[in-house]
Parts: sequence; C-alpha cells; structure tokens
Amino acid sequence: MSQIETFYEVMRKQGITRRSFMKYCSLTASALGLGPAFVPQIAHAMETKPRTPVIWVNGLECTCCSESFIRGAHPLAKDVVLSMISLDYSETLMAAAGHHAEAALEETIEKYKGNYILAVEGNPPLNEDGMFCIVGGKPFVEQLKHAAQHAKAVISWGACASYGCVQAAKPNPTQATPVHKVITDKPIIKVPGCPPIAEVMTGVITYMLTFDRLPELDRQGRPAMFYGQRIHDKCYRRPHFDAGQFVEHWDDENARKGFCLYKMGCKGPTTYNACSTVRWNEGTSFPIQSGHGCIGCSEDGFWDQGSFYNRVTDLTQFGIEANADKVGMTAAGVVGAGVAAHAAVSALRAAQRKTQDKKEEA
Amino acid sequence: MTEQSIHTPNPDVYPLESSRLTGDATAQDIESIRKRTSVFVYEWPVRLWHWVNALCITVLIATGWLIADPLPTMTFAEATHQFVMGYVRFAHFAAAQILTIGFFGRIYWAIVGNHHARQLFYVPILNKRWWREVVFEIKWYLFLEREPKKYVGHNPLAQIAMFFFMTLGITFMIITGWALYAEGAQAGSLSHNVMGWLIGWVGNTQFLHSVHHLGMWFIVIFMIVHIYAAIREDILSRQSMVSTMISGTRTFKDDRPD
Ligand code: HEM
Ligand code: SF4
Ligand code: SF4
Repeated sequence: MSQIETFYEVMRKQGITRRSFMKYCSLTASALGLGPAFVPQIAHAMETKPRTPVIWVNGLECTCCSESFIRGAHPLAKDVVLSMISLDYSETLMAAAGHHAEAALEETIEKYKGNYILAVEGNPPLNEDGMFCIVGGKPFVEQLKHAAQHAKAVISWGACASYGCVQAAKPNPTQATPVHKVITDKPIIKVPGCPPIAEVMTGVITYMLTFDRLPELDRQGRPAMFYGQRIHDKCYRRPHFDAGQFVEHWDDENARKGFCLYKMGCKGPTTYNACSTVRWNEGTSFPIQSGHGCIGCSEDGFWDQGSFYNRVTDLTQFGIEANADKVGMTAAGVVGAGVAAHAAVSALRAAQRKTQDKKEEA
Repeated sequence: MTEQSIHTPNPDVYPLESSRLTGDATAQDIESIRKRTSVFVYEWPVRLWHWVNALCITVLIATGWLIADPLPTMTFAEATHQFVMGYVRFAHFAAAQILTIGFFGRIYWAIVGNHHARQLFYVPILNKRWWREVVFEIKWYLFLEREPKKYVGHNPLAQIAMFFFMTLGITFMIITGWALYAEGAQAGSLSHNVMGWLIGWVGNTQFLHSVHHLGMWFIVIFMIVHIYAAIREDILSRQSMVSTMISGTRTFKDDRPD
C-alpha cells in the first residue's frame, strides 16, 4: 500500500506548516488524555504511516453529526481529518453524486479491502425490508452490510447509530435499529450524542488513525476518555447541587444566579459525555452553561425517559401524567385505605364477640 | 433448689403473692398465669437486625424522597460552605451501607442461627400443609375464621410478604442502589468494580433511578401492611407479636394445643 500517502504528506499538501503539525499533535494528545510523551509518538506515526482510508455512510439521520464534525474547535484538526476522509467516500461532503458516488464507494471498498474504517451516521430501519431509508435505489441496510463486510472497524456516530435516537423512540414505526445490532462481526466504537462533540469525533478518529487500534472502550463500547464520566461529575454548577440550591422555576432569581438545574429535569446525573469539560463550539459554552438542563442526548433511549423537564421519569404505562411517585402514592393510598377498613372491621368484630361472649356467660 | 414454678401444679406455691396483696390479681388471673406458655424464637442478632434494618429503611425512604424531590432552595452560607443536598445524600449512603452490611450479617445468621432465623429466606411452596395454612390465614384475614392458629415463627402469609417484599425487595434496592452509587464513585472504585456491570447492562441509568424509586414504594407498602398486621395480631391473635421482636420470646395467650 505504498502508493497511499502518509498523514503528514496529506497535511503538508493542505498547506499546513510543520509547526502547526506539531501543535496539532500535542493538542490531540491532550484531548485524548495522553501525556506529553505521546506527542512525538503521534507525530512519528503520522509522518511514517500511510493514512487510513475512511468510508462515511449515512442512514436515517439528520446530518447533525456531520454538521458538528465540520465545526471542530481546532480548525487544523478539522481540516486534516476532513481532508483525509473526503478523499474517499462521504455522501454529504464529497463532490461526486449519483452513479459516480456509488462507483466511488465500490472503488474505495475494492481498493482498501480490510483496511478502511467505516463511519456510520444514522441507522438502518429494518421494517418493510428497510424501505424507509433508500440509498442509491437500495435499502440503506444493504449498503451498510456491504460496506461493513470488508471494514477494519466501524464507528457509530451519534445517538442514531449508537442507540437509535428519535427515529427509534417508542413506538419506533420504522424499526430503526442501531448499527451494532445489524453488524455483529466487527469491532464497533460508539460515539453517542445528538450530535457528538466535534473534538470528541476528531479525537476518536485521530486516535484510531495514528495508533491503528480502538481507544479504550467502556462497557457500552464508548471511548472511555470522553464518556467515562457523567456531565454531573464535572458540572460547574455541582457546588450548588451539593449545597441544595436549585433553579425552582424558569427565569426565577435562582436561574439568574446560575443555581443547579436538577429540579428543572437536568439529566446530567445519568448522562455520560464530555460536554461539561470539552464544551461546545470551540469551547464556548454547553447547554447547562446557557441555563438549560442536560437532556441526556448521549444516552440509550433518551427520548423514552419521560419529559426533559422532570427528574422523576413519567411512566406512561400508567397514564400520561403518571410517574414513580404518583403510581407509588396511589398504590400506598389504596393499601392504606384497605388497612384502615380492615382495622375497622377487625375492631367491630372483636367488640361483637366480646358482647356475645358476655351474653353466653350470663 | 427445689423445682418450684407456676407451671408445675404445686399447692405450696402461691402465684403472684405480692399482686394478691395489692388486690391487682383476680382469681381468674392467677388461674391463667399458672398455665401460660412461652417459647424462645428470635435470637438477639435477628432482633437487633430487625430494628436496625427498620431504622435504616426509614432513613432511606425519607432521604430517598428528598433526593428525587429536594428541599426548597435555601441560602444561609456561600455554596462552598453549605451542604444541604450533600448531607441528605450522605445520610442516604450511610444508612445504605449499614443496611447492606446488616443484610449480609442477617444472611450469615440464617446459616448459623436457629431454625427461625431461616424463615425469611425461603417460601416452602412444596409443602402441602403449608399451603393449607396459607388458605387458612387468608380466611382469617377475610373474617371467615373465628379463631386464628398459633404460630411460633411467622404465619405463612407473613412469610410470603417478608420473602417477597423484604428479602427480594431489599436485595433489589441494594443492587440498584449500589449501581447508582457506582456512577458517582466512578470506574475503578470498589462499588463500580462490583456493580458496574449493571450500569452497562441497563444502558441509560435514568431507568435505574426509576426502578430504584419504584422499589421505595414497594417497601413503603410492605411497611404499612407489616406494621398494621403486627399490631392487629398482637391484639387479636393468640400470641405475642411486637414484644417477641424485642425480647425474643413468644408467649401464648391460651393453652389449647392448636
Ligand atoms: C430501602 C432501601 C432504599 C430506599 C427506600 C431508597 C430510596 C431511594 C430513592 C427514592 C431515591 C431517589 C431515586 C430518584 O432519583 O428518583 C434513591 C436514590 C439513590 N439511592 Fe436509594 N434507597 C434505598 C437503598 C439504597 C441502597 C442500599 C443504596 C446503596 C448505596 C442506595 C443508593 C442510592 C443512590 C446512589 C441514589 C442516587 C442518589 C443521587 O442521584 O444523588 N439506596 N434512593
Ligand atoms: S445542573 Fe445538572 S449536571 Fe449540573 S450539577 Fe445540576 S444536576 Fe448536575
Ligand atoms: S449537555 Fe447533555 S443533552 Fe446537552 S449535548 Fe451534552 S450530553 Fe447532550
């Protein structure tokens, strides 16, 4: 595969100076949580290794992952990684369209058999033989399986590919299915979020390209360095949570003071993502910083966990307005009333027997 | 020393001598006390566990409620020096640790303790006699039986309730609770090493919060029924109930064999 250029060559072609290249290497190292000792290692790998080709396919999705990706905070990272990818196949970003695009896909698969990374944005709907998502005249699920067959590894971009997201929310009419349930014989890395943070995406892809292996994954298959902690664990409003200071209503005095959004339904305590550390839009802000709770967008089935504005999840099985407390309190109320009635009857019975016994004695 | 007790008919012994002098004991009382029987059922670890467990659960319910639905916001110090939610959660976790250790201790005692210490941990569904007693006990609670049976340990309905609500219920709360705890303690902690698999298995831990929360109501319902039944039986049944869990001794109120 000597005809493939190295990462470094690609970068130089893009007009990137060596100084900027070294900066990129150290930034990537720190984004990945690696020490300075890894900087030369990354640089060396990028200088000597042929770049890894990437095929990027899109199923049922809204393209927010691509949108996020091309807004990487570090412009260098974005340019570099993007140029490496768009060289191969990405429906959204490449110039080709129609038959040319399909031909490009086939060509890439053929050329890099067993060597390319398959990045999946969106998921395949399986109902009606996959008719709800057609790519190039065929159900997306076929393209997905076809492209995955010779892939070295698969990246599931975003909540869609990782878990299903909104199209898989109950009752999931199209039977939208996350990638790992369709592709079962390849290493899959999930990068959930709606969308995932740009730096997380470039970080993951750079790690895989430079080290030629998947980063350390957690139990759910997410890169541990970005999804190892909850929003709540690193939230800058956490002191107000521990102090018991909460926003009680939208736009109240407490909201202006920046108190914790727990009572407004913040899902930070159950959401694993890097928003509270990496933040969004070049590190400008993130939802909680702008005064809205986390909605848990990087969690499995976050659309089906009740309202975004309640801490205690609605249980729609028991009616639209029910939650654990309403169900529990009703049950406890019924049992309590039953107990009271039973106690009353017991007392009456006992009294009755006493008078009877007395009569018998008499 | 000669064998002198009110249980052996002995004309030389005058029961309740002092009570007789104060006029507190009637002839009927004296006749009754000559015969009453009692049996030692619950050893001290069982009784201690019962009350520690009850206290822990009370604390866990109160603080659990306040975790899901926190106290109104208050500000009496700088956030750094104020720890209202922190203390609520601390109390929850402290009680949770005691509850967990206690539960393991109770399991240990079921193994080394007496026969009655084991009743909490099984339901003898293969025993036909036991099923007949279940039916009888249901009828007693439906006012269809005039007189309850005597039981040394738990009656069969109580045994069913305790097994499902306590043994299984507490196991469920301990498992889901420690998985939630592991989230805060994070990967690498002891709780995460032990319970992290559950976080991975359920995926979205908001679900864990929901079922842990429903579990609380499960236990609240048990408490209502349990306390009512204990007091009712103490009054209406033929044996002691509440005091048995304090002294360990079951006393019967009559001498009929069944
Ligand atoms: C009888 C036993 C228990 C009861 C009734 C109980 C009750 C509750 C309730 C109602 C909640 C709020 C759930 C929500 O977010 O909606 C809660 C949260 C929690 N409980 Fe328990 N619990 C019990 C046992 C335990 C045990 C044994 C542990 C183990 C450490 C535990 C750890 C936790 C944790 C970590 C949370 C979440 C705290 C947070 O999100 O800040 N609980 N509990
Ligand atoms: S705002 Fe949300 S994530 Fe931040 S401390 Fe409050 S509950 Fe946790
Ligand atoms: S703060 Fe929560 S909802 Fe918002 S982007 Fe991050 S993970 Fe998604």
